[in-house]
Amino acid sequence: MLLKEIMGINDRYSDPSVAAGLVKKIEEISDTLSRQVRLMEVCGTHTVALRRAGIHSLLPAKVKLISGPGCPVCVTPSGYIDNAFRLIEKHNCRVASFGDMVKVPGSDGRTLSAHTGSGRIKVIYSPSELSALAAETTEAVVFLAIGFETTIPAAISGFRKALEEGRKNLFLYTAFKTVPPALQFLLSDESHMLDGFLLPGHVSVIIGREAYGFLERKNGIPGVITGFEPIDMLIGIETLLKLIRVGDARVVNAYKRAVREGGNPAARALMYDFLEPYAAHWRSLGIINDSGLRLSSRYRDFDAASVFSLAEETDAGAPGCLCGAVIQGKVTPADCGLFGKACTPDRPVGPCMVSSEGTCAAYFRYGF
Amino acid sequence: MEDRIRLEHGSGGVLSRELIEQVIYPVLKNAAYPSLTDGTDIRCSVSMCMSTDTYVVDPVFFPGGDIGKLAVFGTCNDLAVSGARPEYLSLGFVLEEGFLLEEFSRVLDSIAKAAAEAAVAVVTGDTKVVPAGKGGGIYINSTGIGVKRFTGNLDPAEFVTGDEVILSGPLGAHGIAVLGARERLPVGDAILSDCANLYPLCEELFSFGSALKFMRDATRGGLAAVLNEIVAAGSSGILVREADIPVNRDVAAAADILGLNTLEVANEGVFIAVVAPEITSDALKRLSKHAEGRSAAAIGTVVKEPAGKVIMETRIGGRRIVDLPRGLLLPRIC
Repeated sequence: MLLKEIMGINDRYSDPSVAAGLVKKIEEISDTLSRQVRLMEVCGTHTVALRRAGIHSLLPAKVKLISGPGCPVCVTPSGYIDNAFRLIEKHNCRVASFGDMVKVPGSDGRTLSAHTGSGRIKVIYSPSELSALAAETTEAVVFLAIGFETTIPAAISGFRKALEEGRKNLFLYTAFKTVPPALQFLLSDESHMLDGFLLPGHVSVIIGREAYGFLERKNGIPGVITGFEPIDMLIGIETLLKLIRVGDARVVNAYKRAVREGGNPAARALMYDFLEPYAAHWRSLGIINDSGLRLSSRYRDFDAASVFSLAEETDAGAPGCLCGAVIQGKVTPADCGLFGKACTPDRPVGPCMVSSEGTCAAYFRYGF
Repeated sequence: MEDRIRLEHGSGGVLSRELIEQVIYPVLKNAAYPSLTDGTDIRCSVSMCMSTDTYVVDPVFFPGGDIGKLAVFGTCNDLAVSGARPEYLSLGFVLEEGFLLEEFSRVLDSIAKAAAEAAVAVVTGDTKVVPAGKGGGIYINSTGIGVKRFTGNLDPAEFVTGDEVILSGPLGAHGIAVLGARERLPVGDAILSDCANLYPLCEELFSFGSALKFMRDATRGGLAAVLNEIVAAGSSGILVREADIPVNRDVAAAADILGLNTLEVANEGVFIAVVAPEITSDALKRLSKHAEGRSAAAIGTVVKEPAGKVIMETRIGGRRIVDLPRGLLLPRIC
């Protein structure tokens, strides 16, 4: 599809008169609610898109949006960055990474961008570049493989391409995470105070509506799979409010132009051909069972953590930083004493301020 | 002559002289200023404006331009938005050992062409060579001197509520074109840098006198940086209307895919003017006579509150802050 055509479609999803109609409906539903409801947008891309569209400024006081743990950079423990430094400085590896990761401070406050000058770290735009990157050198190239279900199939397909092209020097340092176990973790805390979820559209393209069945069966809490254009998000909020009003705990797919009931089985098959679940460490949340994906034993020779005997990742939180409570929706960034003072996007203290999709960064940058 | 830059080309000896006389001088000589010596007398008895800028763009050649065109128009545009007509230019080259002479010549040709278009005389220059690996092929510093044509006050402190913000063209083409070329991204050949001479557009506004209150080209940091800078200086705020900002659809789509914000991406052929509301429609009419000003639009208004902030009214009628760009422009993970 031509770029221009994509934009044409997106224009329709930011139509002001459609938006005004939806805001009016949201106000009408809100008037019938007996108390404030708390909706969690799980995904960091939603956190940013909601604020960029100014949706918070259009919502009635009874509808409160809470940001969840869906920013892959924010939930990667600081010890992961420390290990990435070890790969470069001790094992002489070249490291490839997505842009946001090179801005995250490790335990000693240094960021990987320190190595951009020496060429030891290379920011990539797509994992499809990995094979060519490995072909340029005989040294070990390690990809910092982080991300949720949205990113994992693309990363694995880049890795598979490198294997097919005979690369022996490309390794993955995985910190892949999956969304459903994180939601279950949040809901396992009885003081969660959440009334419903705006579920991540991109992740759902891969896992499908079916993957959220536990919300209805086990937790009795509704969710709406939501797209990222302004109209998508208003429809998501309206639909979720309607479910909450009548006590309906279904998961509704409001992003049908992209998300199928069963998701993308081919992409999932690719993931599970190479990866296996394990109990992963989430920054500020701790260990969550079956919430991570790492290379299965068949590919251990390409697993940087195993090949270079990397230490178990630790998670050194900065004193006073409330990121852990922020990504569980228990406090808002403004409740943190560091927010906007000691912690800003230029000199971030906690992970939620580092990533452009982090909750604190989005609150700081877009206000309201 | 060899086909690559050697360290000796910067030594001050024979090769330096050859480079100047055989490569640079034939392209950049100016009949009125034939000497190209270390210093050139310039004749003036009027109010002048001086500006300098250094160009380190990577890659040197990109869709829609190159470092030479940028070094001429970039510095001339700084003069133009200061109300001055560019007259004289100096050029300082830092060349990396091994840089292809054929590429250097292409840059020089591009400088000559841009200087002719901007009617600016290159009157002095300097060349240094650094060892291979110590430079990015070619860096250029250019300093420009212009004659003031607009002598009014261009001070954000004098904005009043209701003044209007004009944007001369769509945002982001330069930054996306350069990023696309540097990282070999599939952004399409349709996206060309907007690198252009802005003096003819700025000149259109000079005759409005005190109703013209401010001009600035939106280079590094884009529109977001300029607007934040001008509200920081004054006691008012700016309300920008997203729906009124002219859009290059190819650029917008590429930025969207890369996770970049076109408000923060660099431009080299777009400027912002703040004007009194009574001249807005006349000003837009005059700008739209020029190719670069075809889609000029009034995009915002000076407001009393919140002072010191830039607020955007989004397409769907919501509000949010437009913050200063922060950090490097890096693509997001998802």
